[in-house]
Amino acid sequence: MTPILQINDLKTHFFTKAGVLKAVDGVSLEIGAGEIVGLVGESGSGKSITGFSIIGLVDAPGRIVGGEILFKGQNLTNLSPQEMQQFRGNRVAMIFQDPMMTLNPVLRIETQMIEAIQAHDPSISRTDAHARSRDTLGLVGISSPEERMRAYPHQFSGGMRQRVSIAIAMLNKPDLIIADEPTTALDVTIQGQVIHEMQRLCRETKTALLWITHDLAVVAGIAERICVMYAGRIVEQGLNTKVISNPIHPYTRGLLGSVPAQNRRGEPLQQIEGMVPSLLNLPEGCAFQNRCSLLTERCSLTPPDVTKTDDGRLVRCFNVTQGDTA
Amino acid sequence: MATTNPRNLSEQMPASGFKKFWADYSESPLAVAALIVFLTILFIAIFAPFISPTNPYDLATVDIMNSRLPPGSEDFSGNLFILGTDGAGRDMLSSIFYGLRVSLGVGAFSGLVALVFGAIMGLSAAYFGGRYETLVMRVVDIQLSFPSILMALVILAIFGKGVEKTIIALILVQWAYYARAARASALVEKNKEYVEAAKCLALSDRRIILSHITPNCMAPLIVVGTLQTAHAISLEATLSFLGLGLPITEPSLGLLIGNGFEFMYSGDYWISIFPGVALLITIVSINLVGDQLRDIFNPRLQR
Amino acid sequence: MTAFILRRSLQSVFVLFVMSLLVFIGVNLVGNPVDMLINPEADQAEIERVIRDLGLDRPVTEQYWYFLVNAFQGDLGKSFVFGEPALKLIIQRMPATFELALFSLLIAIVFGIPLGIYAGLKPNSKISKTIMAGSILGFSMPTFWVGIILIMFFAVHLGWLPSTGRGELGTFLGVTSSIFTLDGLSHIFLPAFNLALFKLSSVIRLARAGTREIILQDYIKFARAKGLSESRVINVHLLKNILIPIVTVIGLEFGSLIAFSTVTETVFAWPGMGKLIIEAIYNLDRPIVVAYLMIIVFIFVTLNLVVDITYSFLDPRVRIKGEA
Repeated sequence: MTPILQINDLKTHFFTKAGVLKAVDGVSLEIGAGEIVGLVGESGSGKSITGFSIIGLVDAPGRIVGGEILFKGQNLTNLSPQEMQQFRGNRVAMIFQDPMMTLNPVLRIETQMIEAIQAHDPSISRTDAHARSRDTLGLVGISSPEERMRAYPHQFSGGMRQRVSIAIAMLNKPDLIIADEPTTALDVTIQGQVIHEMQRLCRETKTALLWITHDLAVVAGIAERICVMYAGRIVEQGLNTKVISNPIHPYTRGLLGSVPAQNRRGEPLQQIEGMVPSLLNLPEGCAFQNRCSLLTERCSLTPPDVTKTDDGRLVRCFNVTQGDTA
Repeated sequence: MATTNPRNLSEQMPASGFKKFWADYSESPLAVAALIVFLTILFIAIFAPFISPTNPYDLATVDIMNSRLPPGSEDFSGNLFILGTDGAGRDMLSSIFYGLRVSLGVGAFSGLVALVFGAIMGLSAAYFGGRYETLVMRVVDIQLSFPSILMALVILAIFGKGVEKTIIALILVQWAYYARAARASALVEKNKEYVEAAKCLALSDRRIILSHITPNCMAPLIVVGTLQTAHAISLEATLSFLGLGLPITEPSLGLLIGNGFEFMYSGDYWISIFPGVALLITIVSINLVGDQLRDIFNPRLQR
Repeated sequence: MTAFILRRSLQSVFVLFVMSLLVFIGVNLVGNPVDMLINPEADQAEIERVIRDLGLDRPVTEQYWYFLVNAFQGDLGKSFVFGEPALKLIIQRMPATFELALFSLLIAIVFGIPLGIYAGLKPNSKISKTIMAGSILGFSMPTFWVGIILIMFFAVHLGWLPSTGRGELGTFLGVTSSIFTLDGLSHIFLPAFNLALFKLSSVIRLARAGTREIILQDYIKFARAKGLSESRVINVHLLKNILIPIVTVIGLEFGSLIAFSTVTETVFAWPGMGKLIIEAIYNLDRPIVVAYLMIIVFIFVTLNLVVDITYSFLDPRVRIKGEA
């Protein structure tokens, strides 16, 4: 499977008055065509910044300072602002967390959809763009799409709005959709529907999906591969089944341990001690050292490199073999 | 803060409170400069009779022969007129000093009365609520929907011209701003626990409003007061310029500017411009001080 | 929607009614109506005749009724100075004032919104800081003083632009105005700029504050993520959102422009109703004052109504609520 997106050693830093904030510091990741990849991490781990780096929308004072983002072999970090603008929303689309906030409250749904089509192909007539928008709305499960095209965002419920956002993302049949916590703001029942819908759509249209979330349970349900991020780095990535059933990195284990699961009924939940360190002054060595249960002396000296395990997983930990309970 | 007894608070506050206040205030060099300028103007206004080169309204010292001398001229007896003289031969610098006195005096006095009256209306409206509150705030809303210049013109048109009437007009124009600010902060304060505690002690309404709620509403009122005073000075100057404000016997800066206006077409700019510059410096310095106070007291920007 | 407009219109009529009561009380109860409404130079017989004519010998409620009936018929008394109906005098001068106020509003909007958006998008650039410093100055400077400075500089010193009067009038599509002749335009420029300066400052501040708030919203980022051009993001997604508060404020500010035109018209000898009212107050020409007040209240109430309706068209959230 040739990767559609390949990120190599991406570094996105924020140059604040208080110092350089290394939000993304050496992330490498691949997504194959039509593949669903989950990117998991706590808030502040740099997972959303990774997503925004891909579509070139990192807000000042942040910028990409190193690494490359290859989309079908083309390095996106070298594109001009105009080329980047043509690229995003076209080949790679993004969906945001809060559906209440992502649609412009004063513009009709049709306006917000048609402009997304015409921005990438001005030759498409308004009528054609309208028809395509309406069909896409129907595709994401919105009933009587023709009428709903004339509506304003506040006339939709949260779940419906997120469907509209998904429809907008799919308008130009992108190769990849980046979904940044798209179900976090929704009710649990709606969450399930939207997740199911996204999974179905991506499978039908063969669209790859990068699902960013803090919720391991969500990606466990849909992703083929999972990347776990901590303090700007991916600490463990591998196939879904492997990572969930047999986490190697102590942070992944901690995350899984803190999910309430049926088979441990009655036992106290595990929790990861301590707090995410400030990205402004990360400790020397491993960023996870002060919360780690497997701490050894070398952890505080140099950050661990990526190790490849026998089952093809990539892990950033010195203690992989000791920690491997398989 | 909310649960602290306000009395204890005020006992502890002064020393550390002022230090913190000054540390916050002096963060902006512009605001410090504005404060210095304003204090200088205040000094000039208060001590005008002692520091002015001449008394421009003492007919014995004014010589009509000296009229419309450009800045820097000397008369035959060697008196220097740094900023020139006006149409009647009065020294502009002295006129401006005395004018500042009148302008600041009228502005500060009307502002103070409006503050007290407006604060009483706003605080009582918030405290008692009900129909009384609705009535007071409806009047405030209606009044604030009309520009202040228009309100002042209406009041002067009904009552006529004169010093007291100008001051009355300025008070009536301004009180609504204070009432609105006082009510807004009192509404927040009145639901705090220290007020409930005071009510449980069966203190009188008057005492609760005056010694418990009022001290905690002072910050926004001071901010509004500073900005409103600048506004009142500007409004008084406008009215006096139009010939509807203060009479010729109480020459404020606005009147000086108005008097100089007719000479401007003949190129004697200084008679109008210098009092205008004095007015502008006064208003800008007060506004800058007020802006900085607002930033300090704004809870949303709390450092 | 119709119900909403109808309800707001009824409210407006009520406010108008209350204000007429206030003006009536102001003139007849606070002041002495004889002083207020009768030419101070009239003799005793004349005074008694006018008192009878005006119904001042009848009960107050009845007087108010006559005041209302007369006002409704467009009779607000005769000017002492001109000897003509006050309403007619004011309406004659109204076009000059409206033209000045509208032209000022245009200046404030056309320059204020782009400058404010620029200052909001690049808050730390030198240009933005200059714009904001200018707007603080524009806020602080009394209108009359700015007028004097403009006259001194552009009319007296440079001699570029005239400083008094309306200039030559032109007619276009049945509307007579200064702005249709070159001479008229040169006359309106200084007073309009003078009147606009204060509003310009507040439009800049509003546009800047709006921009800084809206630009951080997710829907702006989403619009960019769709691949829209920066100009579409700013001119459609941002502008439509910041316009809502600006339109509200500007509509109401138009009334304050008319109020402040009293000052500008006096400074620039602009023959509008603002100059007329100042002269009327100065000359104790009370019927003009009363008529002016009634008209200005009418203008304000109408403006409020129009702004509310426009606002509901601009903001779909309000509109739907109004329908419900």
